[in-house]
Amino acid sequence: MCIEIVPLGDCAITITFGNRIDERLHQQIQQFLHLFRRSKVVGVFESVPAYTSISIFYDPTIITYSQLEKEVFSTYKFALETPQIDSIVYKIPVYYGGTTGPDLRFIADYNKMSEQEVINLHANKEYLIHMIGFVPGFPYLGGLSPKIASPRLEKPRPKIAAGSVGIGGKQTGIYPAEVPSGWRIIGITPLRLFDIENENPSLLSAGNYVTFQPVVYEEFLSLKERVATKKYEILTYKKGG
Amino acid sequence: MNTPIFKVIKPGLQTTVQDLGRYGFREYGVSPSGAMDSYSLQMGNLLVGNVLGEAALEAPLIGPVLLALHDISIAISGGNFTPEINNQEVPLWKSIVIKKGQTLSFGSIKEGANTYISVAGGIHVPQVLNSKSTYLTGGFGGLDGRALIEEDILYGKPSIRRNRFLHSKFIPEYKSPLFVRIIAGPHKDAFTPLGFETFLTGEYIISSQSNRMGFQLSGPKIEHSSTADIISDAIPLGGIQVPSSGQPIILMAEHQTTGGYSRIGSVISTDIPLLAQAKPGTRIRFKEISLHAAQKLVIESRNRIKYLDWISRS
Repeated sequence: MCIEIVPLGDCAITITFGNRIDERLHQQIQQFLHLFRRSKVVGVFESVPAYTSISIFYDPTIITYSQLEKEVFSTYKFALETPQIDSIVYKIPVYYGGTTGPDLRFIADYNKMSEQEVINLHANKEYLIHMIGFVPGFPYLGGLSPKIASPRLEKPRPKIAAGSVGIGGKQTGIYPAEVPSGWRIIGITPLRLFDIENENPSLLSAGNYVTFQPVVYEEFLSLKERVATKKYEILTYKKGG
Repeated sequence: MNTPIFKVIKPGLQTTVQDLGRYGFREYGVSPSGAMDSYSLQMGNLLVGNVLGEAALEAPLIGPVLLALHDISIAISGGNFTPEINNQEVPLWKSIVIKKGQTLSFGSIKEGANTYISVAGGIHVPQVLNSKSTYLTGGFGGLDGRALIEEDILYGKPSIRRNRFLHSKFIPEYKSPLFVRIIAGPHKDAFTPLGFETFLTGEYIISSQSNRMGFQLSGPKIEHSSTADIISDAIPLGGIQVPSSGQPIILMAEHQTTGGYSRIGSVISTDIPLLAQAKPGTRIRFKEISLHAAQKLVIESRNRIKYLDWISRS
C-alpha cells in the first residue's frame, strides 16, 4: 500500500489511497484522518474525506507544501499501525412509497419484483457513509444491492422534498434539502440531515453507517412533528455491536 | 446597539452579504462561499476602518438602490458600475460619507462584474457557522440565506471615519483578454496531451450561464483520454472541471465541496479576485505556472494587504 500526494490548487493537497471504492480503503482513510486531525498541524484548516482520497486545505503562508507532505507521510506510517476506528450506525426511519416515494413502483417493475421486495432489499442493511458532499449534509452511501439499482430519470425533477430517499444508478442517498434531482425517489425520512442550529450541523459524518427502517405513514407524521419540535434524538448503535 | 443603516429601494440583480467565507464545514458539504473578489472586499473594509474580513454587500452586474437611514462612511470597491449619491457620481476605492436621507444608486457598468459596498462598523447579520456570508444554495447566512429584496432594512453600527483613499498602484485593472494563471491537475491524466495543450493555447469566453457557483466557459473543446468522470473528490476554489462536453467550468466562491468531473487545473489564489471581476463575454487565456511560484504570489499578496492594513491603522 502506498499513497499519492498531489497539489490541489495552491492552498490544498489531495492524498489518494487507492482507485477502488471499497470499505477497507475507507477504513484506512478514516484511520489516517483520525490521526492527522489529532496532530493539529499548524496552518491546516480543514480536511475533507472522499471515496478514495482526503483533501487537506492549508495556508501556504504558514506551512509549505513540502512540510505538509512530510507530516502526511509520517502520519500515514503510524496510521497503518493504529487499531480500526469504531463506527456507529444511524437508524433512519423511512416512509416508503406513496406520493413522497413516487418511483418505488418503477424500481419494482424495472427489477421485476414487488414493491415490498424493493423495500426489504433497501432497508435493514448497513450502508457506509463514504463522504458528505454535493449539498450540506448529503451522504454518499456505499452498499446498495445491485438487485435494485435503477437508471436515473431522463429529465431530472426541478425540486424534490427535503428528506427524500432515492436510488440513482448503483447509489442510494438521502436529500437533506429541496434540490433538483434525477434520482428515483422511493421514500422519505422525517429526520433533518442538516440543521444550522446544531453545533454540528450535519446529522451524519463520513466513516459511520446508516440503516433504513421502514415506518408507516402515521409514524412518519408523528416523528416529523417530534423532529420539528426538537423532541427526537436519532437512534444509533455501535457497528458490529 | 444595532442601528438601521440602509433601506433597500431596489435590490439589484443578486446583492448578497459576504465576508471572507465559511471554513471548517467542507467535510459536511458546506461551501466556503464568501466574497467572489476577496481583494476588493478587504480594501473596502480597510477604507472605512473595519477589520479586513468584515461583511459587505456584493452586487454582481446590476447594483442596488439604497436609502441611507443614518449618516455613515462607506466605500465602493471592485467593479465600477457608476455609483452615485443623489445622482452625483462618486469615486471608487475611497471612503465617502452618505447622509441620512440620501440615496446610493448605480448606473452602467464601466468595468468589472462585482461591486462591493463596505460600511463603517460593518453589516449586522448573525454569524452562521462562523461566517456572515450568504450561502444561496444552502439557504443560510447573510440575510436569511437569500439575496436582498425590496424593503429589506440593513443594520449596523454606523460611524463616520476619516477620509481615506487607495493609492492607484493598489487598484486593479480589469482587462479582456484576461490572462489567468493555473496550476495543472489533479486529474491531468484524464486528458490527452493534445487536450491539455488545447486548454493552454485556446481562448475561452465566459458564458452568461455563470454565477457565484462557477463560470461556464466556451471555446476549443478539451479532449479527454477516456472518460470525463472521476471518483468524486474534494474541489478547491478555482478548480477547473471539464465535463464530457469538453467545455471547462471554473468553480467560484460558492462551489460545491465535492464533484465527479475531471479537473484539468486550478486557478491560482492570487488571480481569483481578477477573474471574479470578469463579466460574461470576457475572453480568457490560461497560463501554467509552478506551485512554488503560485505560493510565492500568495505570500506577496498577503503581505501587501497586511502592510496596507498596518499603515491605515498607524
